[in-house]
Amino acid sequence: MGQYLVLLYESESAWSEVDDASRESILQAHNAFGAKHGAKIAGGNALQPTATATTVISDGAGGFTVTDGPFVESKEALGGYYLIEAADLDEAIAISKDVPAGFGGVEVRPIMVFS
Amino acid sequence: MAAAVADAHRREWGFVLAATVRVTRDIDLAEECVQDAYAQALRVWEERGIPSRPAAWLTTTARNRALDLLRRDSTLTRLLPMLVADDVVDEPELPEDGEIPDDRLRLICTCCHPALAPEARVALTLRLVCGLTTTEVARSFLVSEPTMAARITRAKKKIAAAGIPYRVPSAAELPARIDAVLAVVHLLFTTGHTAPVGDGLTRADLVERSLDLARILRKLLPADQDVAGLLALILLTDARRATRVDGEGRLLLLADQERAAWDRAEIAEGVALVREALRRRPPGRFALQAAIAAVHAEAPSWEATDWDELVGLYDVLAQVWPSPVVALNRGVALGFARGPQAGLDELDRLGDEPQLATYAYLSASRADFLHRLGRDEEARTAYQEALVLTDNLVERRFLLERVAALDAL
Repeated sequence: MGQYLVLLYESESAWSEVDDASRESILQAHNAFGAKHGAKIAGGNALQPTATATTVISDGAGGFTVTDGPFVESKEALGGYYLIEAADLDEAIAISKDVPAGFGGVEVRPIMVFS
Repeated sequence: MAAAVADAHRREWGFVLAATVRVTRDIDLAEECVQDAYAQALRVWEERGIPSRPAAWLTTTARNRALDLLRRDSTLTRLLPMLVADDVVDEPELPEDGEIPDDRLRLICTCCHPALAPEARVALTLRLVCGLTTTEVARSFLVSEPTMAARITRAKKKIAAAGIPYRVPSAAELPARIDAVLAVVHLLFTTGHTAPVGDGLTRADLVERSLDLARILRKLLPADQDVAGLLALILLTDARRATRVDGEGRLLLLADQERAAWDRAEIAEGVALVREALRRRPPGRFALQAAIAAVHAEAPSWEATDWDELVGLYDVLAQVWPSPVVALNRGVALGFARGPQAGLDELDRLGDEPQLATYAYLSASRADFLHRLGRDEEARTAYQEALVLTDNLVERRFLLERVAALDAL
């Protein structure tokens, strides 16, 4: 049994144009996902849009550059994540197919285990 | 003796490795142990003779070696990211004359997992299932050895770290996963059948490996009609191998090939498989392509080919596997069934297909129909378009000779 981080990448512009009814139904889809896979979900959160992001990069000499905006600008941005438990990648992919991410998709990353 | 070991290497590598991975749950360690077993075979078989069941001997030897290593260094088992397997072998001592379970479907499905890059799937399959060295795999795909070594290492790391499981997919997943496996075998075959670049038309080694793999899959999945279809397609196409170029390496079209030299045994085996594969409704893509190859294989001559039957098969194929290349081949068959003007009209309709924009066969086929219609100046231009689009030297020579023949008229 291993852990996988399921990263939700979706179009922020699509999200910003969503009406209340659609927003409600997407929320319900996430609740349904939680109900179906509750035992496998170890955590998860939605994130504020990238307009609220701040990037902090070391200059290698003790100083830091702090800038407004996400680390990487892209059409689909990281908007949330689930931490799931799965026996193997096949199970992780099967669970990920149920994650609501209609304005984009998800990336499945195994959690590194240090021995 | 070296020949017997080489033969066992070719035939049994995947079987022995698949059975050993189940003990080690680590691909690199299993490969080491299997290589070691083959090295021992060279020495031991020389002394005691070739065992009655070489695969069983090699598997037992490799698994015992793996157990020795694992026992000697128990930290090894904790440091390595273990492959996920549903039934780990705890008691790997094999019965002296018992059947060793055939684990190759696990190995093949792991190598062809959709979470791996397509080029990595092909490379891993050749390396792990067929037992090619990294040097050989690199040569097959005309990339440098360090590039191929890095590609294989990266793929193995992903299998272990991401938890790609070492098991046969569930019944629900299996059809999609078998499709991915067949795509790899088909790619190996087409790459071997007409090498994209280089001075030889074909790469016989790749064709042979694809045939080996298709035979293994046939043995593992005897009821799968897509597997039967792909094996039939490879056999029926490969049956013409000896006649596709003349004594001087010149390309010979189907029309000009020496049909008596086609491999009749391969054709008979292929035709029987096509019949079986076509039983499913609707028939699969490979079954239909194999049926098309079978029509050519059974025709006594180019002129006596059943072109109407071919047009009908392409019609069905275009429904189950719509692609501009299928439409092109259908157009060519139509040109022989109903005359060159009908064929040309059909091909001209495909001129805007982006996928065919760099496809030499479209220009070459148009050129042939134009020539048959007496429009030689346009035919010449079309052959020259085709020349721009192929880097295979045998194909280039063929096209240059066509242009020269038109110039001589």
